[in-house]
Parts: sequence; C-alpha cells; structure tokens
Amino acid sequence: MKDNIVTVQHLSFTYKDTKHPAVNDVSFNIPKGSWTTLVGHNGSGKSTIARLLDGILLPDENSETLIQIDGITLNEKTMWDIRDKVGIVFQNPDNQFVGATVEDDVAFGLENRQVPRLKMQTIVHDVINQVGMLKFQKSEPQYLSGGQKQRVAIAGILAIGPKLIILDESTSMLDPAGKDKILALIKKVQKENGLTIFSITHDINEASQADQILVLNQGTLLASGSPIEIFKDESLIKSAGLELPLFYKVKNKLIKRGISVPQEIDNEKKLVNYLCQLNLKM
Amino acid sequence: MSIKFKNVDYVYAPGTPFQTQGLSNISFEIKDGSFVAIAGHTGSGKSTLMQHFDGLLLPSKGSITIANQTITVDTPNKVLKEIRKKVGLVFQFPENQLFEETVLKDVMFGSLNFGFSEEKAKEQAIRWIEKVGLPEETMSKSPFELSGGQMRRVAIAGVMAYEPDILCLDEPAAGLDPEGQKQIFDIFKNYQKLGHTVILISHNMDDISKYADDMLVLEQGHMIKHASPKEVFSDADWVKKHYLDEPAPSKLARSLQKVGFHFSSMPLTVESLVEEISKELRAKGGN
Repeated sequence: MKDNIVTVQHLSFTYKDTKHPAVNDVSFNIPKGSWTTLVGHNGSGKSTIARLLDGILLPDENSETLIQIDGITLNEKTMWDIRDKVGIVFQNPDNQFVGATVEDDVAFGLENRQVPRLKMQTIVHDVINQVGMLKFQKSEPQYLSGGQKQRVAIAGILAIGPKLIILDESTSMLDPAGKDKILALIKKVQKENGLTIFSITHDINEASQADQILVLNQGTLLASGSPIEIFKDESLIKSAGLELPLFYKVKNKLIKRGISVPQEIDNEKKLVNYLCQLNLKM
Repeated sequence: MSIKFKNVDYVYAPGTPFQTQGLSNISFEIKDGSFVAIAGHTGSGKSTLMQHFDGLLLPSKGSITIANQTITVDTPNKVLKEIRKKVGLVFQFPENQLFEETVLKDVMFGSLNFGFSEEKAKEQAIRWIEKVGLPEETMSKSPFELSGGQMRRVAIAGVMAYEPDILCLDEPAAGLDPEGQKQIFDIFKNYQKLGHTVILISHNMDDISKYADDMLVLEQGHMIKHASPKEVFSDADWVKKHYLDEPAPSKLARSLQKVGFHFSSMPLTVESLVEEISKELRAKGGN
C-alpha cells in the first residue's frame, strides 16, 4: 500500500522464558504523514512493538508476519536501511546520551554513517537550531533539564533525516509544561520535515490530538480508529487500563443525562462552543 | 502533635559564589493526619522544603517542630535518626535507588536500618509488598527484573514498611499509567485514613484537588499560599497571576464561564462539573 509508511501484519513476539506472547498477532497500518498513537497500560506490549519496528527485537517466526517500512520489508539484511528511516525517542532522557557535549551527541549518528566533516557540522548546527538548543551546543548533557535532554535526543534523530519518528513514552517523565513544549516541538518538526509520528503513550490527552489511535491490551490490538470513534466507548478505554480525556468524559456523561451532544465534537473548544449555543437557545 | 515550620530559611552553599536562597521565611502548621500537597513550578523550592521534613537539610535559620522533636541548624545526628524513623521520604523516581538482590531484601532494608528485628522487618515487608499491589512471586525476584511500574512500588513499599507517622512523596505517580496512578494514590489515601500524615509534591493539579485537604504553594522559595485546593482554585485571578496550572475540570468550567455559564462554586471534579452544567441547562430549560 502506497499511502502507508508502515504496514504490520500478523506480528507476534514472545520473550524468552515466558509462556505468553507479549505481542499477539497484531496487524495495523500507519498512514504517511499521520500522527498515529498507540495507547495501552504499562506492560501492555507497547514498547515491544516499537522495538520490533526498528529491528531491535525480532518477531516470532511465522511466514505470514510482515513489517514493511517505507516500502522496505524488514529483515536482517534490510535492518540498517530501515534504521536510517526510523528514529526512536525513548522514555528516560538520561539513558540515551553518548556524547560529552550536546553537539558531539547529536553528531554521533552521523559519525556512525561516515558523513563528511563539513557536511556534518552544517547538519548538526541546523538540527540543534531546529530544536531550540543552540545556546547549549557546548553544554554537557547531564546538566540539562529533562525536557532539554529530550530536545537533544530529538536533534540527534533529525540529524539522520528519518521518515518516521517513534516516541516511546518520550514525555512521561517530564512535568506538564515540559510535556506540552516537547509535543509542540515534535509537531513543528513533523511539519517542517514532512515526518510521520508514531507515538506510544498512556497519556490520553496526547492521544486525543492524534489522527489515528490504536488501543493495545495484553499484546492484542483491541481497536483502531479516530479519537472520536475510540473515545465513544468508555468501557473499551477502561478495559485497556486507561482513562478518557476530560472533555470526552464530560461529553459522555452529559449524553447519559439526556443532554444531546453531537458525536462529531472532538475537542474541548467545540464542546464549549456547542454548550454555549445550547445555553443561549434555552 | 502537628508539624510546625517557623521562619525557616535555607541557603545553598553559603559563603561561596554559588550561594542561593532555597527557602525564605517559611512558616506554616500542618495538622496531624492530614493530606497536604506542595505545589509550585520547577525550581520553586518544593524538593528543598521536603528535605527539611526529615532533616536531610537543616534550616539555615528558624526552626521546625516535627514528630515531637525540634530541628534547627544545630540539631545533632542522633535526634535526626529518631526523626527519620518517623518521617519517610519517597524521592522522585525512587526506583533508581533500588539495590538489593531480591525485592524482599530491598523492602526490609529501611526497617532493619531503624532497628526492627529480622523477623519483624520480614513480616512488615511481606505485608507492604502485598499492600502496594505486587504479586507474591516478585518477592524472591531481583528488583531489576521488574517493570518500571513494579519497581516504583517496591521502592514505595520499602518506605511504608516501617510505617512512618509522616509519609512524604515527591511526584510518586510520574510515568505510571492511569490505573497504576489511581492504585498508588488509593494506597496513600488509605494510609492517611489509618491516622498518618501524607505530604505530596505534585505538578498535577487534578491529583492535588482529588486527594489533598490542604495545599502549600511555593514560588521562588517563598510560601505564597496555604489553603484548601477549593479555595486556591476558586480565585482565578490569583491562579493566573502565579502561572499555576488548574485542575482540568476547572479549566473547562472557566472556558464555559467566559461564554455565559454561571457556576455556584468552581467545580474541581468531572462529576461536579457535569452536575453544574446540567443544572444550568435545566434551570434555563425550565423557564
């Protein structure tokens, strides 16, 4: 399929010494240019899927299994090509630094790929600028705040010029203000660089801004759809160990009380506007 | 016996070029058995304040009365150890501090340190491992084999196992999924119901308004408010002036107020928000 940057079919993975698969026969697509969010509680198999997409883990053997990224089928031979197309921002900002300074760290991926020095300098400067960290170019990563560390991690990924960025709980260790800033930054670079974002999270407010949501529970895909479709069903979200975003809770509870609220309302602003008009009409 | 801070100052690195004022003239009193939240921006002094509760930091000026003892700049270590037995601190991301070979040993460590017998420490550890919702079979495992959420619980159990009168928590739910967050907050709330005092540092105003009786708000080392969450969040201008976040239901209520809704009191929970909206719509519909 041309319009999907990721196609996953019949994907399963079982950790060594465990009986039950952590990921169980999962199939999904990620449309090119979309923000797709995979939600599920801690231990639902979310991060395992991220690692399977990047070839860090290899799926259980099954002839029907397929992982295709930007037209390339993932296998041992193509793994390195795929890693040029996929960047992962991990949860813990402290666990992803190798360089002694911010610019060294950002250059690491380029050095690995033997990019010529002059070109490397230009790229490093550009991506550090893009994430708003030029002032900290020469700083040591360990003295940065959690949010700044994630910015550096994102710069390191942008330097490689990927097509797809996977966010593996990348904002869950940040405070609310830090979270919002990182999400805004990722939206900005998504637009500027024409990227697809695959975000793995249990932050339901983040999920409500996605184009597509996949709900995972105990390794199985429970549902997929737009936020409106997914958040209609509170029991589905609860069974996945998650909570609805506040305005969906309010919307659903008002409907239960017999107040008509149209289903297509998919953000807080629309809900406020609608209730305002309802209030004026009465 | 309540907890009393009297004109507490704390200065980092006094007499050096790096000297900074961590806390300035902090005074308050917390009733025994209450659930108190400490709120404020990153760098406002929340963690500095928390480290005064068990004498990890000593006030540069002023005094603290806690657990029948007084802490000043001169308090000797022997007294501090007595205090630390009664005041348990759970730091941010406490799972980074696990170190023992097994979960059971790790949870017993604090109790043993405070002079519990081996037998008693084990009994307490087993009880609290269960209470924080860890399956029995994790006891003999290495803490490093567990998931992040489970490691967090091990670290929390390690402090709760010696059942301190005062439990201080720094962002205990950060990074946990919604169900995990609710479970551990229920544990803390129950701990309060058993007669203990709980002090919570949090950025999450929803959690604060849900669980805390009282909140202390810090700004650049000064305490700028000591009131119930309801009082704090009903003063919209004040909240805005100090760039504080609001509980999500209040935020939505505020947007509705702007477009003509009237609320008798500022809703802090989804239930009260939905109730207020329906009331308003019904009141008008009836006219």
